[in-house]
Amino acid sequence: MSEKTHAVIENTFRQEYGRVLAALISQLRDFELAEDVLQDALMIALERWELEGIPHNPGAWLTTIAKRRAIDRLRRDSNFARKQPLLVEIETSEEPEYDDMKPIADDRLKLMFTCCHPSLALEAQVALTLRTLGGLSVIEIARAFLVSEPTMAQRLARARGKIKVAGIPYSIPPAHLLVERLDALLAVIYLVFNEGYCATSGDSLIRSELCGEAIRLCRILVDLLPDDSLNAEARGLLALMLLHDSRRNARVNAAGELVLLEDQDRSLWDRAQIREGIGILEAVLPLRRPGSYQLQAAISAIHAEALSADETDWPQIAELYRRLAAMTSSLVIEVNRAVAIAMVDGPHEGLQRLLSMGESMENYYPFHAARADLLRRSNQREAAADAYQQALALCQNNLEKAYLQRRLDEMNAD
Amino acid sequence: MKYLLLIYGNEADYALMTEAEQEANMGEHMAFSKMARERNVYVGGEALHPTSATTTVRVRDGKTLTTDGPFAETKEQLGGFYMVDCKDLDEAIEIASKIPESRAGSIEIRPVVIFE
Repeated sequence: MSEKTHAVIENTFRQEYGRVLAALISQLRDFELAEDVLQDALMIALERWELEGIPHNPGAWLTTIAKRRAIDRLRRDSNFARKQPLLVEIETSEEPEYDDMKPIADDRLKLMFTCCHPSLALEAQVALTLRTLGGLSVIEIARAFLVSEPTMAQRLARARGKIKVAGIPYSIPPAHLLVERLDALLAVIYLVFNEGYCATSGDSLIRSELCGEAIRLCRILVDLLPDDSLNAEARGLLALMLLHDSRRNARVNAAGELVLLEDQDRSLWDRAQIREGIGILEAVLPLRRPGSYQLQAAISAIHAEALSADETDWPQIAELYRRLAAMTSSLVIEVNRAVAIAMVDGPHEGLQRLLSMGESMENYYPFHAARADLLRRSNQREAAADAYQQALALCQNNLEKAYLQRRLDEMNAD
Repeated sequence: MKYLLLIYGNEADYALMTEAEQEANMGEHMAFSKMARERNVYVGGEALHPTSATTTVRVRDGKTLTTDGPFAETKEQLGGFYMVDCKDLDEAIEIASKIPESRAGSIEIRPVVIFE
């Protein structure tokens, strides 16, 4: 097979995987069976499509083949008698024949809620979401989270096993749970993005495929969520990720070094992505359903709109951080708020604010890095060197470490 | 699906309850059982005597070893259980959150194995 055909088929698989799997699970009500028969269908597709070309409706094609495989397997199953009612239901539920025109029902939202159910550990939620909705391979997910393939395979198997035996539902949660469950879903998507955008460990700062996947999943979510009041934060998160990701090419220089926002070459920012992010934000803010993702996106938009670092509207950023801190308190928000205050009122004010935060920050390296930068800006070189040392000792990402080391060397040179 | 809802709480705190508080707690359990029956999820349930009344037995090399107290010392002790038959885990979580001890202690939800 030519490499090009192969790539087109691979891409089609990636595009269709989540939707087809969701449709299969919806009918088979068995995660493992659905995944197995979809694998079979993909193998068959790889052979047939190479000869016959990709069908007009690849998703429906894969669903039809996978469903036939499932029916065969259930018939062969030793528990045939017990499973017969399900079999009858599957066989009569829908036209089993492939239809060129008819799109398959989109059940991915249900599947997202299953994968991000709070009774699963967070790391299992993340892995399962990437595997079942993103269609990433076990090896890809294992690499992204720096664990071995068997470890990741086991994590996924345990999660699937729990879905089955604990009866984790495959449905949109009832109204009283919806907001809370949706928050969990957004958190998983943002975690995937952050792991891609600012890898917590390892040599590369950005794993762009994870960022891309998080944005893709969020787009699907935004499309599938029914009404504005529910999807305001989902759209806020999409805007936030688009705006962050627009700076991807400027965050690392040709020498492979980390470049901070203020020093970035702004001509490298992806303008189309910025326009899309700001457009989403402008549509969602008038709905008056404020949330932390929308606020963070607004902050990112202010940076994106500044033609140079000097032209940044810091008073507005400081105000947005104040509102953000009132809504959700987190270490990173507190540190960033202090930095914004320093930009408005001077490094001294920012330092005061940082120092008032106390012990909860002791082991948080961005706190020490921010403190070091503010000390450097106010020409307290020795204290700055000390703070860079502390940040270095806590930081796990090699690129960020290299940045801190460069600053430390500057402080130590006379 | 059948789930066992295990009720954990600090039995020392429970022992300190006044008679009126104990009666109120009992009333809440009666109301819970009534609700669970009406919703057709109730299978069974019992309250347990405290761990001071507990005996643990092990058989090793053919010998029966009997000791006082529970298998493991824990901060919260098993104080009772309900067995429910629910549509899925979300329904079991919703039912469990209505057990009065979910507010001070915790409820462990264990799906029951179905042998084929």
